[in-house]
Amino acid sequence: MKLTLKVWRQKNATAAGRFESYEANDVSPDMSLLELLDVVNEQLVNKGEEPVAFDHDCREGICGACSMVINGHAHGSDRGTTTCQVHMRRFTNGDTVVLEPWRAKPFPLVRDLMVDRSSFDRIIASGGFVSVNTGGAPDANALPIGKVDADHAFDAAACIGCGACVAACKNASAMLFVAAKVGHLASLPQGQPERDARAVNMIMTMDREGFGACTNTYDCEAACPKEISVDFIGALNRDYRKALSSTR
Amino acid sequence: MKLDARIPSGPLAQKWSSFKGSMKLVNPANKRKYRIIVVGTGLAGASAAASLAELGYQVDAFCFQDSPRRAHSIAAQGGINAAKNYPNDGDSVWRLFYDTVKGGDFRAREANVHRLAEVSTAIIDQCVAQGVPFAREYGGLLDNRSFGGAQVSRTFYARGQTGQQLLLGAYSALERQVGLGKVKMHARTEMLDVVVDNGRAVGIVVRDLTTGVISTHAGDAVVLGTGGYSNVFFLSTNAKGCNVTATWRAHKRGAGFANPCYTQIHPTCIPASGDHQSKLTLMSESLRNDGRVWVPQTKGDVRRPDQIPEAERDYYLERRYPSFGNLAPRDISSRAAKLVCDSGLGVGPGGRGVYLDLADAIKRLGHKTIEERYGNLLAMYGKITDENSYEVPMRIYPAPHYTMGGLWVDYSLMSTVPGLFVIGEANFSDHGANRLGASALMQGLADGYFVLPPTLSDWLAQAGPSSASTGTAAFTTTVQQVNEHTNKMLAVKGHRSPELLHRELGNIMWNKCGMGRTAAGLQEAMREIKDLRGRFWQELRVTGDGACMNTQLEHAGRLADFLEFAELMCRDALEREESCGGHFREEYQTEEGEAQRNDKDFCHAAVWEHRGANQPALRHREELTFDNVHLATRSYK
Ligand code: FES
Repeated sequence: MKLTLKVWRQKNATAAGRFESYEANDVSPDMSLLELLDVVNEQLVNKGEEPVAFDHDCREGICGACSMVINGHAHGSDRGTTTCQVHMRRFTNGDTVVLEPWRAKPFPLVRDLMVDRSSFDRIIASGGFVSVNTGGAPDANALPIGKVDADHAFDAAACIGCGACVAACKNASAMLFVAAKVGHLASLPQGQPERDARAVNMIMTMDREGFGACTNTYDCEAACPKEISVDFIGALNRDYRKALSSTR
Repeated sequence: MKLDARIPSGPLAQKWSSFKGSMKLVNPANKRKYRIIVVGTGLAGASAAASLAELGYQVDAFCFQDSPRRAHSIAAQGGINAAKNYPNDGDSVWRLFYDTVKGGDFRAREANVHRLAEVSTAIIDQCVAQGVPFAREYGGLLDNRSFGGAQVSRTFYARGQTGQQLLLGAYSALERQVGLGKVKMHARTEMLDVVVDNGRAVGIVVRDLTTGVISTHAGDAVVLGTGGYSNVFFLSTNAKGCNVTATWRAHKRGAGFANPCYTQIHPTCIPASGDHQSKLTLMSESLRNDGRVWVPQTKGDVRRPDQIPEAERDYYLERRYPSFGNLAPRDISSRAAKLVCDSGLGVGPGGRGVYLDLADAIKRLGHKTIEERYGNLLAMYGKITDENSYEVPMRIYPAPHYTMGGLWVDYSLMSTVPGLFVIGEANFSDHGANRLGASALMQGLADGYFVLPPTLSDWLAQAGPSSASTGTAAFTTTVQQVNEHTNKMLAVKGHRSPELLHRELGNIMWNKCGMGRTAAGLQEAMREIKDLRGRFWQELRVTGDGACMNTQLEHAGRLADFLEFAELMCRDALEREESCGGHFREEYQTEEGEAQRNDKDFCHAAVWEHRGANQPALRHREELTFDNVHLATRSYK
């Protein structure tokens, strides 16, 4: 099939950006969107032009590197899907596919479709861990954890840190990202000693990094490739309020 | 090049404790005066950086990805082995050690493997303490399963995302140290060279991928945890960014490269769908626990798989390896798949596939259990192929996945360049000629959490701080060489992209240095690689310049190193005149088509010494002695 790509091009954070259109012929339905971009880039290089820069690595939906707004939806309109898992069979001959970067202040643009998500790392560094040093941990089975709790923790821990939740949110809030990490560790006994401090510190860092407030529109959940539930945001809010009142 | 493995004396089971008992210590007050450079932030790199910082060292960590959390360890699906013997089914440190040595076809160093098995149990404790959500039973204890060729259940797992959860555990430990100011993290920064001064590794040269700025970093030791080189095949299960640059540059600066021909072709990957294919995706071989592998018995059978009656199917793994069946080790399963496809029985596009069928398991255990066990894998398969594998058997085909070869290291994980340590997949240490399933995560974390911190401390205590600063001649000349190399690539201004040239290299390697190798094929491959390398320097086209984010330039640089490395890989395969593990030389096989080892002449690690562009590398050997296990012929019949 034949497709038109409208791609955001911007040389660096300070340069002006604009859409460019590229025609793609002979698109196979089995191609992934990133493979289509490979083909387009090949054409660009052949013409002596600079290829479209985009983040990607594993191309199997787990590393969280890929990040595009596809026809207005973060990671495209399919639920539970990363950009690298979008296949061209989702489109029909003659379609136009519009590709934009994550747009959010705390994710400054690097080039074209690439943004800087190091603010997420800084949020984790402020509390997204259990403070245990290497060595001296008790036997793993000394701490039984019910299967239900373990599964619940896993549901939150599945976050791949891609930032789609922020890109999809009109306030550019990172609440789902923070809630996933807080919820993962709050579901487990290991996470209890630092539970209050974790919620408070991570939210403080989130605010400082310039992410917006959550107004419960739930666009984050719809965009999340790992389908992390907004229920974790409710739990985070409860933890946060409790932590604030107990530290007062 | 002197190869001294520096294995502690004494009985096998006491070597590691005796090392720790007699190691030299760095005074706690002095530790913060040492700066350690860690390149790569996968399981090995992240766990090492975190653990070293916890001990009090200053750490600078580097990764080319935009965040340390993206390293490709994250994609490991199946699980992590540990000799906990929780299921009470007869496992022990000895058995894990023995299985690993045997699985590696008796081409690994006994002492290292035993240490790996010893520390395996502490890894699970550590990860659970960090909050890694391993699978559990209803009683609350950890669940185990048997995995890829093991007859005991010693594999811990977290749904089909064990690598992700372990990496995020190590990443959170790393970020904690970043928050405490003990680790300085340099993301989107690629190492382009190691700086060696007076025979000691004293730092690295890196490129900031966002700005293109080249900078230098000095340290008292350099640790490489930069993964494997499967992308030499272009199509592999590795992430697109995985590359050989760090280890190859270190090799060119004096580090011996061991057994580059030992590569693992994983049996259960999704077959390529066409020429556009940019990478291959692995389906965890945990699926082989419940899935049965088969092909039609007659050539050209085009019926839908569910229309082919039981009696007309060939469950070839169960037939050829009755006691291991569908769980036969990876190298054996991969070759068996190639064999049936080569004989014209393959299924799917181009006949490059075999069925992995869950129908019996679904009948036996129910849809729900299968979904619980493999739901995310089957969903991933569905996304890629648009097929529902609860109803239609999956199609799988082998793909390059892991590389057992790597930089040679001694017992302390130090390369032949003093001060240069190598951990995880980047070293050659523990898997011999073939790696067992669920052992990569184990080795990466063993090296990073438990082995490197004491061995590096021991070395620093003896070697003392390095006096080199980034202003010295060693640094300025290395930077100059890096810049010359970059400018040379930009100056070619040919007509072919690095992507196209890389695909060509991949073709040569897959056809002639892949699952089956012959002397003639390897010699041909070496000629073709040389030719391609020549063309690279005439035909390469990198658009843009070096002073900004330039993904073409990054790819070109990695490919330039692959093009040099590939030749050594073929040469190593050529000179190893035997079949062992993942290295299958067609000239050396038994009548039944099984690998035929030659212990008399090849019971050694081949370690290559670089001698400049104009002289072939020199082959050294580290003889492998087996005092504790008997060199048996591997049989999984
Ligand atoms: S490239 Fe890794 S999730 Fe898409």
